[in-house]
Amino acid sequence: MKITRRSFLSVSGSIGSGIALTALGIDLTALKAHAAELSKTDRIRRAKQSTTICCYCSVGCGLICSTDMTGKIFNIEGDPDHPINEGSLCAKGAGIFGLTEVNEHRLRKVLYRAPKSDKWEEKDWEWSLNRIARLVKDTRDQDFITHNEKGELVNRVETIGHYGTSNIGNEECWSLSIACRAMGLVNIDHQARV
Amino acid sequence: MSQELIKLIDLSRCTACRGCQIACKQWNELPASRTKNTGSYQNPPDLQWNTWTLIRFQEHEDQSGNVKWLFRKDGCMHCTDAGCVKVCPTEALYHTEFGNVSLNVDKCIGCKACMYACPFGVPKFNAATNKIYKCDLCYTRLQGNQLPACVLSCPTGALQIGPKDIMLTKAYKRAKALGGDASVYGDKFVDGTHVVYVLPEKADVYDHLPQDPKIPLQIIVWKEFLKPAGLMVAGAVVAGAFLHYITHGPKMPEEEITSEGGDKS
Amino acid sequence: MTNHYIDLKNSDCILIMGSNAAENHPIAFKWILRAKDRGAKIIHVDPRYTRTSARCDYHVPLRSGTDIAFLGGMIKYIIDNNLIQDEYVKYYTNASQIINANYDFQDGLFAGFDAEKRSYNKKTWTTEKDEKGIPVRDYTLENPRCVYQMLKKHYERYTLEKVSSITGVSKENLLKVYKEYGATGAPDKAGTECYALGWTHHTTGSQIIRAMSIIQLLLGNMGVCGGGINALRGEPNVQGSTDHAILYNILPGYLKMPSGSLDTLTKYNEKYTSKSTDPQSANWYQNYPKYTVSFLKAMWGDEATPENDFGYSWLPKLDEGKHYSAMHTIDAMYAGKIKGFFAYGSNIAVSSPNSNKVRKGLQKLKWMVNVNLFDNETSSFWKGPGVDPKAVDTEVFLLPASASMEKAGSQSNSGRWVQWRYRAANPPGEAMSDGTITMLIMDAIRALYREEGGPCWEPILNLKWDYRNSLGRFDPLKVAKQINGHYTRDLVIEDKVTGAKEVNKKGETVPSFAKLMTDGSTACGNWLMAGSFDQKGENRMAKRGKEDPTGLGLYPDWAFAWPLNRRIIYNRASCDPQGKPYNPKMKLLEWVGDRWVGDVADGPWPPLADKEKGKFPFIMKADGVGAIFGPGMVEGPFPEHYEPLEGPLTKNPISGQLLNPAVTVFKSDLDKVANADQKYPYVCTTYSATEHWCSGFTRWQPWLLEAMPEAYIEISNKLAEKLGLKNGERVKVASIRGEVTCVAMVTKRLKPFEVEGKVIHQVGMPCNYGWFNPVETADDSVNHLTPAVGCPNTFCPEYKAFMVNVSKA
Repeated sequence: MKITRRSFLSVSGSIGSGIALTALGIDLTALKAHAAELSKTDRIRRAKQSTTICCYCSVGCGLICSTDMTGKIFNIEGDPDHPINEGSLCAKGAGIFGLTEVNEHRLRKVLYRAPKSDKWEEKDWEWSLNRIARLVKDTRDQDFITHNEKGELVNRVETIGHYGTSNIGNEECWSLSIACRAMGLVNIDHQARV
Repeated sequence: MSQELIKLIDLSRCTACRGCQIACKQWNELPASRTKNTGSYQNPPDLQWNTWTLIRFQEHEDQSGNVKWLFRKDGCMHCTDAGCVKVCPTEALYHTEFGNVSLNVDKCIGCKACMYACPFGVPKFNAATNKIYKCDLCYTRLQGNQLPACVLSCPTGALQIGPKDIMLTKAYKRAKALGGDASVYGDKFVDGTHVVYVLPEKADVYDHLPQDPKIPLQIIVWKEFLKPAGLMVAGAVVAGAFLHYITHGPKMPEEEITSEGGDKS
Repeated sequence: MTNHYIDLKNSDCILIMGSNAAENHPIAFKWILRAKDRGAKIIHVDPRYTRTSARCDYHVPLRSGTDIAFLGGMIKYIIDNNLIQDEYVKYYTNASQIINANYDFQDGLFAGFDAEKRSYNKKTWTTEKDEKGIPVRDYTLENPRCVYQMLKKHYERYTLEKVSSITGVSKENLLKVYKEYGATGAPDKAGTECYALGWTHHTTGSQIIRAMSIIQLLLGNMGVCGGGINALRGEPNVQGSTDHAILYNILPGYLKMPSGSLDTLTKYNEKYTSKSTDPQSANWYQNYPKYTVSFLKAMWGDEATPENDFGYSWLPKLDEGKHYSAMHTIDAMYAGKIKGFFAYGSNIAVSSPNSNKVRKGLQKLKWMVNVNLFDNETSSFWKGPGVDPKAVDTEVFLLPASASMEKAGSQSNSGRWVQWRYRAANPPGEAMSDGTITMLIMDAIRALYREEGGPCWEPILNLKWDYRNSLGRFDPLKVAKQINGHYTRDLVIEDKVTGAKEVNKKGETVPSFAKLMTDGSTACGNWLMAGSFDQKGENRMAKRGKEDPTGLGLYPDWAFAWPLNRRIIYNRASCDPQGKPYNPKMKLLEWVGDRWVGDVADGPWPPLADKEKGKFPFIMKADGVGAIFGPGMVEGPFPEHYEPLEGPLTKNPISGQLLNPAVTVFKSDLDKVANADQKYPYVCTTYSATEHWCSGFTRWQPWLLEAMPEAYIEISNKLAEKLGLKNGERVKVASIRGEVTCVAMVTKRLKPFEVEGKVIHQVGMPCNYGWFNPVETADDSVNHLTPAVGCPNTFCPEYKAFMVNVSKA
């Protein structure tokens, strides 16, 4: 007599509630496709385990992600070895799996909205990056201030703003910080204040 | 036979962070329902086929006018003398080596008998699958020597699990240390539950917490006299209907048992 | 945090004020309850009774925006009852220093106020120095102009009656907290304070924190286990994003952003390099030039040379007195002065104050680039409520980003622990990490400048920007090493005393910021992070050692804590001037023989009693001591109670200045204010709960939305009765700036206050909802109601106190 969550899922998925799952933003089909007759506990034992840090508040709780052979994360729970959270998690941390690829609201393509348009359209990265660079350069070149009213050298541009973010890694933060300075931006802020 | 386990819920330590509520959904892959704010932090409003554990929020004004906010993690109590197991015609519900009540969904025929047999209102029906669902204390995690998802997630030690005698000793020690109206809830009925509370307030203060939980008499009649009289699994749906008839009369239960949004959208 | 999360367990008394720790930092509560198990008292002071209050020993409600009055009363209580940690106050703070004879304070104004500019000339906010430049001190603390006596005088007005009348807290409750917390002045007791946005979101935000810092210094609670002043930060890497300065006013490592008047690196360094002639002051910021030069070397690599001032002229410069915080940027945007805007991982259309103004401002942009996991109210502003897309000319890009578990890198918690994350999966579809996106945008911009040239191309083309891995993606490990710092050439350092030679090879990572140089032989992206790799290049941020040799929860081999793996900063203050721990039961540090044992000491020097080599403990201050008198603040060296921009009173009960005199008030037609206006009679505060996160990112996650499905307003049963409102009914909440709808949550947990003889009702609303999602309710952002005004030191908006009306929807 073996009970597996697999059998639970395949049953609920096949008789209607699968639609509900997708409508609610949790698409479990990816998981189902790899359903073996193993219990989830067994699958975790065979999965690749990676540690990460929670992406919500600043306590810095440790998490363990389990990734299957196809490269999909199928479980995320607290890291019992982590000295701060000792495996525990709050509602947000415990639900972090809902932020992975299974979340149907996740953006998967570059979206572009043209002036006056009432809809998004999908674009590829190359076109988008080139267009963004064009806009940045045109704005910067047009509005670059080499000297302020007092005649002091200031090398800045005041017509481009940058906001964010406190929810990326340190290396990303530092790179953004210096990229903004290299462009001459001064309107620079992030969520430290809100 | 492994050791009998008890999950201890010390409500004096619960911060209602709902880590357990969501960890349960994460581990058991239970989808969310669309809910409404009804003027409470509590949501979903009740246990559902897809919500096996729930933090209940309750404002309580004591005799001296002090307002307290009480939090109670609700869910399966994993009774020793379990009405649901007793009544289940297909043995879908059963006791494991740890003493908890587990569920083999494949065997469930959706007769709902367990819903009437449970004094805590725990098993919930999903019309879409025609099956009932409830907490199994993360049986496969226990088998793999892992904490149940809710216990692992609990930040403050409000949830603990361990051998029965140790947990009961802890529970009584904690209740004594808390003093006042604190008490231990769970070991004195249905031959003892495998989920035990330390309640900082008197038990009758808490909403939806039965004061004298027992298996309905009709269920005992069913178990002891009718079920052994040769009802086969093949006839179990009929048996379930018959059971329903003897426990509740001819009216069929309505779907609101699954609560708002539980199995809709 | 001066301390760290686990250290909360070591406290004897935890004051949670300006924070709802159980809801917004639930795992912090693990450690708070461990302290409680040890017998610590846990006190919650907050306008609302929350999940935090439920687990504290007691909850004390206070009116939003009156924290300084509450704390000012505590300062007075501590002084009146002589609860100070005497030796600590004398030797480790500036209490003994003598304040400038021309410094003055009258009726809410400090000396030097310029009413037109709403700012102070701070020239009299100084302390006296002797002919050698060393601060004059009176260790008896009796000189009437010494900081201690002036402090006493300043807070004489904060009597129990006055404080009670301002805050709405009963005198009994005030005394209960003051007594409990004041008891931590005993040398072997530690009290700590946990705050969060509940303190920073006021026009007096920084001064609230200053007031608490004064209390902590008076009680000897800084630098000790279980003490400190602890900001529980709201986002996973807001510590790191601040350390690395995605902010207009600083550069990475809290180096100052240069202004136009400082036209050379020498002038810049001269201005910001801290000076002290006191032999007992370590004056750590005397090393400032090492950090600036190394930063410039990290930014521009080989292009930064002594000949070109290490590229200093390529940095943008600010005008003195001009600010560019988000509120300022949005004001400029609304005025049509911003053309392009990058919004990474954010949602300002929901999260910024006076969001109607924000959304109108967004419509004036020529282009906007969003980088996010989800579409939101900001990226889709052009189809928001009341917006005609045809009338909006903005080109909008929405770039799909990786979630945190889909990329490697480090993240700093608010206890300054920098922890390494590993990549567990690829992002979905064509999503990429924010690092890769930034890298590719910059690559494309650089390509254009390379082809076309353009004004001031040097900072762009000279930028060291080779951080890609073999797959052409952003390589966080390479960047992390650049941030840590390395030797740019072979460098032999000779110890002046022993003559021993230390050979460092070009490219080796620097193990400490003590190794950084002013001549360009080191590059370091952020001096605070030096040591996050050891010299062999081992990544200390990824360490997972579980040893805790002190038993105090320091875990020195788990991750890396800046600076230099120090777990509690200013830790030398935990010992007396002889180097013996004030609390022998918690030996954070002890001077044994010729060295410090315990945590990584705040400097190697002997304790203060060694007149020759000993140093004061607060090494980041020029005078080496904790600042009770704090002239660095813009609105005064001692915190003073002012009312919020919008409050229920027409007059400040304690002075003639209603509003913080140094506050910047924006003047656009949408920046309306309604103080003490009958139309908006209720004090409102905003917040998040456990299931919420910043601007409602959690709305896109079904489990969290299920638990918190709709916007709501918490309202007392007394006010609901008065307004005829039922629990769960829909209501309209309005301020002079806008209105929103939501569900009324009628509760006994909120109670009206008695303030200046009047009954004042307080309500509260979460700040995490918006029109975009969930579509069924479309309740919009509470920031339609909030004013765009903030603390003049930090420009944190005043979300925590403003005035509204509530009626049936």
